[in-house]
Amino acid sequence: MTATPAIEGWFTTGPEPALLADRCTTCATAYFPPTASGAGFCRNPACGGEEFETVELSRRGRVWSYTDAQYQPPPPFVPPTEPFEPFALAAVELPEGLTVLGQVAAGFGVPDLAVGAEVELVVEALHGTDEGDLLIWRWRPTGGTA
Amino acid sequence: MSGTGGVRVAGVGMHPWGKWGRPFVQYGVHAARAALADAGVPWSDVELVVGGETVRNGYAGYVAGATFAQALGWNGARVATSYAACATGAQAIDTARSRILAGLCDVALVVGADTTPKGFLAPNAGERWDDPDWLRFRLLGMTNPAYFALYARRRMDLYGATSEDFAQVKVKNARHGLENPYARYRKEVSVADVVGSAVVSDPLHLLDICATSDGAAAVVLVSASYAQRHGLDAAVRVAAVSTVTPTFPNTVLDMPQLSTDATGAVGEPEHTFKESIGLAAYEEAGIGPEDVDVAEVYDLSTALELDWMEDLGLCKRGEAEAVLRAGDTTIGGRIPVNPSGGLACFGEAVPAQALAQVCELTWQLRGQATGRQVEGARVGITANQGLFGHGSSVVLAV
Repeated sequence: MTATPAIEGWFTTGPEPALLADRCTTCATAYFPPTASGAGFCRNPACGGEEFETVELSRRGRVWSYTDAQYQPPPPFVPPTEPFEPFALAAVELPEGLTVLGQVAAGFGVPDLAVGAEVELVVEALHGTDEGDLLIWRWRPTGGTA
Repeated sequence: MSGTGGVRVAGVGMHPWGKWGRPFVQYGVHAARAALADAGVPWSDVELVVGGETVRNGYAGYVAGATFAQALGWNGARVATSYAACATGAQAIDTARSRILAGLCDVALVVGADTTPKGFLAPNAGERWDDPDWLRFRLLGMTNPAYFALYARRRMDLYGATSEDFAQVKVKNARHGLENPYARYRKEVSVADVVGSAVVSDPLHLLDICATSDGAAAVVLVSASYAQRHGLDAAVRVAAVSTVTPTFPNTVLDMPQLSTDATGAVGEPEHTFKESIGLAAYEEAGIGPEDVDVAEVYDLSTALELDWMEDLGLCKRGEAEAVLRAGDTTIGGRIPVNPSGGLACFGEAVPAQALAQVCELTWQLRGQATGRQVEGARVGITANQGLFGHGSSVVLAV
């Protein structure tokens, strides 16, 4: 049984996990999800860049907004527990100038969040499979405020 | 505005919204025939049919304009099909308008209809690891109401909005829709009903979020010269149709994306995407927000109506709750919003919804909105936004 990322190449899983972005080597715009290199060109209309480097995005950011799912989302969502347990979601502004959605770390909910509050990226199990857990990035409140 | 003649709304028609369980083609034909009868234009005079594609959560492909043309009885008209998510109907109007303005035809029929499944809108079956609309469910469990809830929560944390404010939008729209024969829900709702309903995605309750419905709407557009030649009552003019896309970097999280563009290389744009949708419409119509008498905006959630009031410049940023509380957006107030009852009373029938907004404004500007009339309305604006960078705003004027 091994734990593997739910999607390949979007985040690292070490002790200090981070989201992976494609950064344009011409204009330095960072793209997450890292799909710009596959497309082969920079989406900044003022940039002609076609080369990208993989960079780790900042692990800490500020909450842009937050909510939760109190009803089980439809497939292809896979509920990790039976019965379904609500989970929180947050959109987080990173210093690189983009906002990234994620589930909120297990054990934290809407009362633990506020617009502007600081969160940190963690990697946790999205759900189990016969071959082991699938991993996903999540946002964990640090207790810091704006 | 677009010339002295321009493009005229000769007729509008709808099929009542509901859960009727019949094929969408039936609804569309019903609405189309109602619009033609309203216009006094024979089907044999229609030279172009534009159909809105019936969709499932952003996926097009269930019907084309030809489906409606065939169902009405082949008349040799040219055909076009539009897909622009929630903006589908407006894009279809834009296609018809462009062909009329180019002098390529005089009469166009625009139709949108849908039959919707129950519950959360969900992506089509199959695995699509490169499709953000599939990935947002697979990786995050991010439903449409969860996006609406993010926007709602920002209003609370930034502007001090309350659940009661959001509920008040529903109360107002429910009252507006009471006399609308096409509305699905025609029942008074109290603030207590809304805040007492189940929370779907905090802070939004079940009654803060619009349902999905079956429904259809149709619009007959004609050239001013055709209207004159045939003695039609076509006073309502299409003053603007905006279908702009976002400008890079798009910095407000949009459904179904997992992230925004980054501002690293290029600074924050002057206007958000939703602001730019309305601005383009105002510019094309040669008017400003102060000229608007009535607005039909996309209240997918109660809180989104408040966002739209600010995005369209009907009030300042952060002031929508105060404007709502003052009764300004109620019929009889300074700037009535969603006199039809909005999505709160209709539920969403995606390819028909932007057309339904145009139908309502047409009745308002003609003074025919029985039981919900905004007295003396001469200029109306619609607004909506859908998946994948689609949005629209239509300005009608008399």
